[in-house]
Amino acid sequence: MRELTYKDALNEALFQVMKADERVFCIGEDIGVYGGAFGVTAGLIEEFGEERVVDTPISEAGIAGACVGSAVTGMRPVGEIQFMDFVTISMEQLVLQAAKIRFMFGGKATVPMVLRMPGGSGTGAAAQHSESLENWFVHVPGLKVVMPSSPYDAKGLLLAAIEDDNPVIFIEHKLLYKTKGHVPEEMYTVPLSDTKVVREGRDITVVATSIMVNRALEAAEQLAAEGIEVEIIDPRTLNPLDEEPIIRSVIKTGRALIVHEAVKTGGYGGELVSRIMESEAFDYLDAPIRRLAGLDIPIPYNRTLEYHTVPQIESIVSEVKRIVRGEV
Amino acid sequence: MSSAVNTFQDELARRGLSIEQAHAMLQTMMEIRAFEEMAEELFARGLVHGTMHLSIGQEASAVGLSAPLRPDDYLLNTHRGHGHCLAWGSDPKLMMAEFMGKETGYCRGRGGSMHIADVESNNLGANGIVAGGIPISVGVGLSIKLRKTDQVVTSIFGDGAANEGAFHESLNMASIWNLPVIYYCENNQYAMSMSVERAFNVEKISQRAAAYGIPGKTVDGNDLLAVRDVVAEAVDRARAGHGPTLIEALTYRYKGHSKSDRQLYRTRDEVKEWQSRDPILRFAAFLEIDSETRKAKQAEARQVIEDALTFATESPEPDVSTILEGVYA
Ligand SMILES: Cc1ncc(C[n+]2csc(CCOP(=O)(O)OP(=O)(O)O)c2C)c(N)n1
Ligand SMILES: [Mg+2]
Repeated sequence: MRELTYKDALNEALFQVMKADERVFCIGEDIGVYGGAFGVTAGLIEEFGEERVVDTPISEAGIAGACVGSAVTGMRPVGEIQFMDFVTISMEQLVLQAAKIRFMFGGKATVPMVLRMPGGSGTGAAAQHSESLENWFVHVPGLKVVMPSSPYDAKGLLLAAIEDDNPVIFIEHKLLYKTKGHVPEEMYTVPLSDTKVVREGRDITVVATSIMVNRALEAAEQLAAEGIEVEIIDPRTLNPLDEEPIIRSVIKTGRALIVHEAVKTGGYGGELVSRIMESEAFDYLDAPIRRLAGLDIPIPYNRTLEYHTVPQIESIVSEVKRIVRGEV
Repeated sequence: MSSAVNTFQDELARRGLSIEQAHAMLQTMMEIRAFEEMAEELFARGLVHGTMHLSIGQEASAVGLSAPLRPDDYLLNTHRGHGHCLAWGSDPKLMMAEFMGKETGYCRGRGGSMHIADVESNNLGANGIVAGGIPISVGVGLSIKLRKTDQVVTSIFGDGAANEGAFHESLNMASIWNLPVIYYCENNQYAMSMSVERAFNVEKISQRAAAYGIPGKTVDGNDLLAVRDVVAEAVDRARAGHGPTLIEALTYRYKGHSKSDRQLYRTRDEVKEWQSRDPILRFAAFLEIDSETRKAKQAEARQVIEDALTFATESPEPDVSTILEGVYA
């Protein structure tokens, strides 16, 4: 089986879709000869030229607007925000324009754009380059929010996002770029709003997003050695959420832990807990649903503090044990 | 043609600068370079994580800018800000400790290279966000005005920052309210890989000042005294209540944008070209300092930074039990 890194899987998706569909173009800061800050667009400008691989000045509101305007007039832009943090500058165009145009125009327009951006901590980039802001977008009807955790999903979800007729916020993780996994050579899509059971287990349901899926998988291996079988679920698309597999799993295991990197307060975990509590899974719960998430602080620069700010394999292991052993 | 060629002594005297002051400025430039070289070395040796933006080649811009400013003025710095901090008078020990993420650093190891601030000395911080400090300058200027002091604020940013919407809003507001702001654009020819030729359709960034009805000046940013002169003029104007100025200092970064930059967007010849106008060598030559003396001074500067490194290395890491501190007042 062919293996690719997460970064190369995204890069291959862009190559293939740009070859296949003239309407697709890339736009963002340093995506040309530089190849993007994390190398995702490397080689595209050599293949497709400056017209379809557009380097912009440092103007995030402009990048978002360029995506909205070109999407509404028949193109399929794939914008890149260099670090997710900077999307705060694009918010008006995304929240008040991209997300609402279709609805406000009575369903007569579409905004088929994708805005890619790397989120997350772990690189020592400190408070203004390490944000996990996915829930800002989850809170806006009209936007789709996608967070791939594997190279396979990265490619398939990016192609699905580009094919989709809605604005899609596509959140990558800096620490995942170098991770490897099986990626088919041909073009394929992973459907949006299709929650995946990543690992089966009878004792507890762990719903994790982005890099936390990988950490949960490693935690599950350690826990299996101690006889605890963890079921891991990756929503992949946070909104609109395919909640059914999560509810089914909690009915089976009777316990749930939500793991995400973003700060706990106001995070996606709160939404997931509510979805479970409002469902028939409520009657099957043997323990309180818990959330393991980022501390309610900005990401510190110091390496040790940074490490302790977000969930790690060990913290997932110990939290699962506490829940399963009825210590919470 | 004038027959009398001014001596460097004349040039300094004309500006009210003593030879000692000039030597101190040269020394600061050398310390900046030594700090940056050490930063690069520490990074290469894996002793720091994250990233850093080195200002090697831009030392005259930093030292010339701070020269006419007073200790009670305010500084809003950029991501490429180590040099400006040192020129502002920051302690290299506390800077190095911050760079190494230590509790003794300016920001207790929470901020790192991109966020070094020293509120006590009115250094309101470097910024990880391009143009992030520019709107803040409006507030600082407004505060100075409301408090009726004659302080000024310098807002430093790169050429790339001038293409953020925040630049436009801020310069306009500072202009209509006559705020005492020095907008200081360090045009080092690139914003990461984006050259100014590709990012602007105006010849000079300073031309944009016209759009806000304020003076705009372009200066050779590798000429320490030239930088000092335009800044002095802008400072006088701001202190007198006549509002902001936009200064564009033409300079060049010798190193890549940050830790990993293959620099495919520029040529070696171009880098060499700029190195031939090295700000430190130029000012040393202007002061008629021979190469032996210059090397002795460089060694002295290196020692200051070595001492800073020793301090930082021996300093403690932040205690994990304090991790939640400092979010709210
Ligand atoms: C809002 C925002 N967009 C993008 C970045 C990423 N970034 C950091 S520095 C930089 C280039 C800045 O260029 P310039 O303003 O010319 O300053 P220089 O680095 O050349 O000193 C970029 C794109 C950022 N930090 N903030
Ligand atoms: Mg620049």
